[in-house]
Amino acid sequence: MSATPSTVTPLRPVAFQPRTPQIAFDGISLDLGGKTILANVSLDVAQGEFLCIIGASGCGKTTALRLAAGLYQPTSGRVTFDGAAMTVPRRDIAIVFQDYGKALLPWRTAIGNVSLALETAGVPKAERADRIEELLVKVGLPFHGDKYPAEMSGGMQQRLQIARCLAQEPKVLLMDEPFGALDAMTRQGLQDEVLELVRASGVTVIFVTHDLEEAIYLGDRVIGLLPHPGRVGIETAIDLPRPRDQLTTREQPEFLRLRRRLFDFIKASEA
Amino acid sequence: MIPHGLKPLLLPAVLIAAFEIWTRVTNMQSDSLAPPSAIAAAMIEALSGGELWTATRDTLASTLAGLAIGSAIGLSLGIALGISNVFNRLMEVTIEAIRPIPSIALLPIALIALGFGYRMEIVIVAFACIWPMLILSRAAVGGIEPRLMEVARVLRLTPADRVRKIVIPAALPRIFVAFRLAASIALIVAVTCEIAINPIGLGASIMAAQQALRADLMLAYLIWIGAIGYLLNAGLLFAQASLFGRAALAGGTP
Repeated sequence: MSATPSTVTPLRPVAFQPRTPQIAFDGISLDLGGKTILANVSLDVAQGEFLCIIGASGCGKTTALRLAAGLYQPTSGRVTFDGAAMTVPRRDIAIVFQDYGKALLPWRTAIGNVSLALETAGVPKAERADRIEELLVKVGLPFHGDKYPAEMSGGMQQRLQIARCLAQEPKVLLMDEPFGALDAMTRQGLQDEVLELVRASGVTVIFVTHDLEEAIYLGDRVIGLLPHPGRVGIETAIDLPRPRDQLTTREQPEFLRLRRRLFDFIKASEA
Repeated sequence: MIPHGLKPLLLPAVLIAAFEIWTRVTNMQSDSLAPPSAIAAAMIEALSGGELWTATRDTLASTLAGLAIGSAIGLSLGIALGISNVFNRLMEVTIEAIRPIPSIALLPIALIALGFGYRMEIVIVAFACIWPMLILSRAAVGGIEPRLMEVARVLRLTPADRVRKIVIPAALPRIFVAFRLAASIALIVAVTCEIAINPIGLGASIMAAQQALRADLMLAYLIWIGAIGYLLNAGLLFAQASLFGRAALAGGTP
């Protein structure tokens, strides 16, 4: 995925206005172990939108993502996907876990790990090899198919997990602090690659991060959660032109203004 | 100089030589001990005869059959219990009530029900093998990285695929350790069975040598049983290393 951003025209309007929601949280509350994790959270995500969720530790942002994945069921309220209630995980909603080392099958090679998604989707054996090769190229792992996860760097493992998620041909990609454990250079590279993948596929993304700059850099919209219990505290559209650039985008006054605003929000929420 | 690889053998060699000299100097007469040279002679005699091989076959047949049956039962129960919390709680009291029964204590019942011979011994060995397999495979399945089970849920793996593609490969290195443990228990129980009551196999041969006051032959059988146990474990270790080199490496505690 060696994109040439200068020739790319943005597919979406600069300021993203949600239309019919693809994923909707309708007054969600969730109690786990006698503790209220989320209280009355409502939010809509439109098809093709890149929504970032930020918040201090323990604000329930990962929990919100797991609700969207169908891994948790809300105590009250409901999560809908295209109008239908989410009761179990769906194959067209993929989730990229933060701890890539635990989410990959250590006894399968890179090819085998991607294959797992294709096997369960019922892709005929004859077609798998080509599809896997294509996906590995897409995430920048073209010559690493025979490696085991333990033989790969953290960045490569996370790419592999993304490849497995893309093999699901998802309509929605949920990402839970996917680059939190990676070094700064690897993280920036992967941010751009994800933006390019999303641009090319038009997939909806909900991206959880504690890195404010990452949220602004990637998102069409950022939602900030307040902790104890988790609830929506701030919501802001990101009016930055696409394609985004690691240097120039981050230098724009609007970027800096948003960063200040979100920083103040996080600081206030932790007080 | 002594070659490096032979150094660990030095101490046993010296001890055996010292024992040999001691038995000759004191002109030892014993029903329970024999000089190493006499044991070696008895061993050669036994190896060239047919009785030792028949006995070995009988013991190994019972050991392996019991191991196979017990492991299969223990493994399937262990996996089922590891996967299903409800099933685990349902069975907990039953399992904890049956498990402490020493398998050898079942000998009288097995003898009445099945008589002397292979069948009775196989049942006793299988009973003994069920528990380490069940307990350890249950723990192995319970110890599988929860994230992997979530991956299985998100990818919508069928229950059969979850077991086949996630649970068993993830638990396999630890299950194999359980199998090695069960194998050593199987041999112990089989020989014990034969010494106690069952007139076949190496245990019965040891008893026959003892009753014939052939301390040399008795000790030769003892060494032979030890060698078989050693070979059994070495074979399984080799299989483990060649089968799960990668998985054992990645699976954490093998």
